[in-house]
Order: sequence, then structure tokens, then C-alpha cells
Amino acid sequence: MSDIKKFMFVNRKAPHGTIYALESLEVVLITAAFDQDVSLVFLDDGVYQLKKGQQTKGIETKNFSTTFRALDGYDIEKLYVEKESMEARGLSEDDLLVDVTVMTSKEMGALMEQQDVVLSF
Amino acid sequence: MLHIINKSALSNGSFETCLRVTESGEILLIEDAVYAATKGSVVEAKVREALGRIKIHVLMPDLEARGLADRIIEGVSPVDYGGFVDLVAGNNNCQSWL
Repeated sequence: MSDIKKFMFVNRKAPHGTIYALESLEVVLITAAFDQDVSLVFLDDGVYQLKKGQQTKGIETKNFSTTFRALDGYDIEKLYVEKESMEARGLSEDDLLVDVTVMTSKEMGALMEQQDVVLSF
Repeated sequence: MLHIINKSALSNGSFETCLRVTESGEILLIEDAVYAATKGSVVEAKVREALGRIKIHVLMPDLEARGLADRIIEGVSPVDYGGFVDLVAGNNNCQSWL
């Protein structure tokens, strides 16, 4: 069908401290339900959303990090992490709870250019 | 004096400004500020340097929520909610940086 658009979700906020990360994930799932072409990118503090081992019992909030593992069930498989952001936070791919494609800032910029819709969280 | 920081040092200037104006006393990192207490980030060197003159504490439930409880910089002291209360009660005044 020709009405499939390329949607990119730009995640730049840390999880838990604000509602942005959770809200982004909600909209991602809605978009996928409409059979759109969805990409998620993580840069700046957004990379922290993918950190393994998050335990939210002590702060009594929903641990939505497990939802990232379920994304492939919704045919969302395009997850990209900016290398510079990851390294600035002392994180490596082994620290992340899902498989992602690590790319440079320039590569990420090029990917953004190709999108029909870009939503920023 | 106790300074309470709740924003990530990697995306907000509160922590660095606090370090710049604070000669002594204590800092408590909570919410998104807890990332500053972890090893390997670009903020680590500033934290280590500040530890020579300021006591830095980190709220553990917030660090656990972010999956980084096993990565605290040596010298930063972990506290629970009870410790949070003790810090506020034990200081003459406190500032919550926004």
C-alpha cells in the first residue's frame, strides 16, 4: 500500500525522571498498529532508556523497559543508538537490553533526512 | 548546607553550576541526577574532583530504577529514603536545584 509512511521517533530523555520516554513508547505502539514503517532512535540521555537491569520497585513506578524487548512482536525492529551518546555515558552495546544498530551522528542525520514524519520526545 | 539535584548532568547545567558555587557541604543526587554518580560517563572526572571538598550522596532506589546500582563511583555514598531524611534534618538548610 502506498499510504505507508516512514515514522521516526527521536528519544533524547532519560527514563523515569520525566514521562517522555514512556509516552514515546505508547505512541510507537499506536503507530505500529497502523502498519507504518517505524524507526526508533536513541541519543543523548535517551540511550539510558535501553539500559539493562532497571528495577523500579523502589520508586513505585511501572518498569516499562521490558516493553522494548516486546517491540519485535509488533514488527518494530529498527532501533538505532548514536555512538557518541552511548560512549559519553560509559555504556556499550552489552549494557543494552535489546539488539540495536549503533551509528554515528552523521549516519543518524542521514536517516532522519529519509523520514516522512519525525516525532521528538 | 545540602544541595539536592534532580536533573541529569549530561543534559542540564544544575549539577555543574552547583559544583562551581559550592566550596563545601553536601550534595544529594536524586531522580535523573543519579547518572552523575556512575562510572564511565564524561561527568565522572568532575565528580571525583569535587569529592575532595564536598560529600556526595546518591539515592539508591533511583539508581536501581535506572539499572546502574552496581556502577557507583568510589567515594560517593549510597543512601535510602531514610538517609535522605537524615541528610535534610542534619543540615542547617538545603537547596533543591531546579
